[in-house]
Amino acid sequence: MELLNIKNLFVNAGNKEILKGLNLKINKGEIHVIMGPNGAGKSTLANIILNNPAYKIISGEIDFEGENINELKTDERARKGIFMSFQTPEEVPGISVTNFLKAAKNAKEKEPIKIFAFKKELEENMKKLNMNPSYSTRDLNVGFSGGEKKKNEILQMLTLKPKLAILDETDSGLDVDAIRTVSKGINMYKNSENSVLIITHSTKILQELKVDYVHILVDGKIVKTGTDSLASEIEKEGYAKYINM
Amino acid sequence: MKTQLKEVDNNIYNIKNKDEYSFKTVGLTEEVIREISEKKNEPDWMLELRLKALKTYNELSMPTWGPDLSELDMSKIATYVKPKTNMKKSWEDVPEDIKNTFDALGIPEAEKESLAGVGAQYDSEIVYHSIKEELVKQGVIYTDFDAAVKEYPELVKQYFTKCVPITDHKFIALHYAVWSGGSFVYVPKGVKVDIPLQSYFRLNAPGAGQFEHTLIIVDEGASLQFIEGCSAPKYNEINLHAGCVELFVKENGFLRYSTIENWSKNMMNLNTKKVVVDKNGTIEWVTGSFGSKVSMLYPMSILNGENSKCEFTGISFAGKGQNLDAGLKIVHNAPNTSSVVNSKSISKDGGICTFRSDIKVRPRAEKSKVSVSCESLMLDSISRSDTIPVNDVQTDEVEFSHEAKIGKISDQAIFYLMTRGISEEEAKAMIVRGFANPISKELPLEYAVEMNNLINLELEGSIG
Repeated sequence: MELLNIKNLFVNAGNKEILKGLNLKINKGEIHVIMGPNGAGKSTLANIILNNPAYKIISGEIDFEGENINELKTDERARKGIFMSFQTPEEVPGISVTNFLKAAKNAKEKEPIKIFAFKKELEENMKKLNMNPSYSTRDLNVGFSGGEKKKNEILQMLTLKPKLAILDETDSGLDVDAIRTVSKGINMYKNSENSVLIITHSTKILQELKVDYVHILVDGKIVKTGTDSLASEIEKEGYAKYINM
Repeated sequence: MKTQLKEVDNNIYNIKNKDEYSFKTVGLTEEVIREISEKKNEPDWMLELRLKALKTYNELSMPTWGPDLSELDMSKIATYVKPKTNMKKSWEDVPEDIKNTFDALGIPEAEKESLAGVGAQYDSEIVYHSIKEELVKQGVIYTDFDAAVKEYPELVKQYFTKCVPITDHKFIALHYAVWSGGSFVYVPKGVKVDIPLQSYFRLNAPGAGQFEHTLIIVDEGASLQFIEGCSAPKYNEINLHAGCVELFVKENGFLRYSTIENWSKNMMNLNTKKVVVDKNGTIEWVTGSFGSKVSMLYPMSILNGENSKCEFTGISFAGKGQNLDAGLKIVHNAPNTSSVVNSKSISKDGGICTFRSDIKVRPRAEKSKVSVSCESLMLDSISRSDTIPVNDVQTDEVEFSHEAKIGKISDQAIFYLMTRGISEEEAKAMIVRGFANPISKELPLEYAVEMNNLINLELEGSIG
């Protein structure tokens, strides 16, 4: 079953062309990985799927569950079940992690959430992610270390249970243990009905995941698609052979 | 938080009752002042003071700095509007439309649940006043100011104009010429009033001025929390608020003075507040300023005694057509005094927020500490925010820090919240409430909720 289908997508940031005819199809239950050199358009891809106003679609189409979502606002896309883990999550003073997640969950659910069950689930998830429970009362990402910010993104993913989770360099800047925790979080979330799109520079995060497809993104286009062996190849040999193709 | 947004009733603050009064004066002449004084049946010394203040008003010139006040025409302002009722000690006796207004503002309910005493002013006079019996037994006085002039003449004479002199500036002279209503509080030595007192000032009459006088004396070792609320419905003509707050905190005394102002956007709010703090005394100011067309408001703290302290926590929110010029003045006039200032402002739709601070550390105020932090948040590129600090430090032995941050609301932060399914409007409101949070949490719960509601109201429909 098709979940996300991107057709011949051209995207600009300001006047600069970033994506130049990108095609990508993700089915339910799959884990996809996007690798590529700096500036290839990896983060642009993640951001345009959620309609970051800093980017603009010039042509092409993004379909989610068979419906064109080009015109949908960011929050509408999120409520349809698309999630993005940020490379540098925003610090938002004065809003606690708990209250933020409650607001997000309430925005998505038809019925008001049950506070007790919500808190219990939050506590359990934090435990599994090796997060200090005190973080739930702290201001959202304010003064969090790089690692805590990334874990907090995974915590949000586990709480909101999206259909598609896009992880934009969630592993960058993390130590080995933190990367393992993040992988554990992804495995906790993953089931046959949902999908993950991982944007990464390294194969470490992939070791404990069952990856279905690896795509190489160069200069705004996917130039090669393979399985997890492609990721190992890139790790050894770099992108040289895919640049100037 | 989402549900709270829905609960906001847009119309509470805008309830307009019929412009009914038992007596009214318009303009500012000697005749008008004699009429007011006669109507109040006050002692001669008060009439003389009013006339002297009028003379001072006519002699002083308009401020040459700050927002434009040229729309203010004193000959058109209703200087005294006596409501169609006298002061009552029970809400049941207050005329229905007036009572309904205060009901909608939640005053009688708050009184039952969380206040030790309440004063409610409607136009120029207090219409309701109450204080818990236990406090009366402990010698606490909380009454309307007109009554205090008659019932406690010695106390009033001892303190009235002693904190804020008639000659301070043009609008304080105006205030003393036509003052009416307000509250008088005396907390005797050692008495701790644990539950707050609240005075609420409601201006209903179009084109009128409100000139209430609040005087609070916290005697040695005593403590008090006082809350002041203000609002008015919106009219097309200019209304004026030129109240005066005189506060005295004696040795080892403590006073927290909180204000939530939500004047309508035709109001010129030219209010004056000042405190004199003695040895080991503490003043805490907490203010939230939302309404008014123009505000000029700079509460002043004079730290006169050794070890005295001042804490100022304030927020202002300027929307379309609003120019809020607010800040504070502090004089460190004794050794080991300290002041902590935490000010925030939010501007949107072309609103202007100016933070003005004037901090003096006198030569004798050695080992004093000053810490000022002000932060501004602009919600769009047409709004303005300025910080104008004046620091005059006359001794070397002082710790002084000043931090100012001015910024626009972050599009990335809005995007971040929206990627979690939160709408743009709610995302903005969450960021603004978060920004205001350090201030709201200083307020008693009901007022923190009110402040969040005011923020939501201000933001409503701000998404194009």
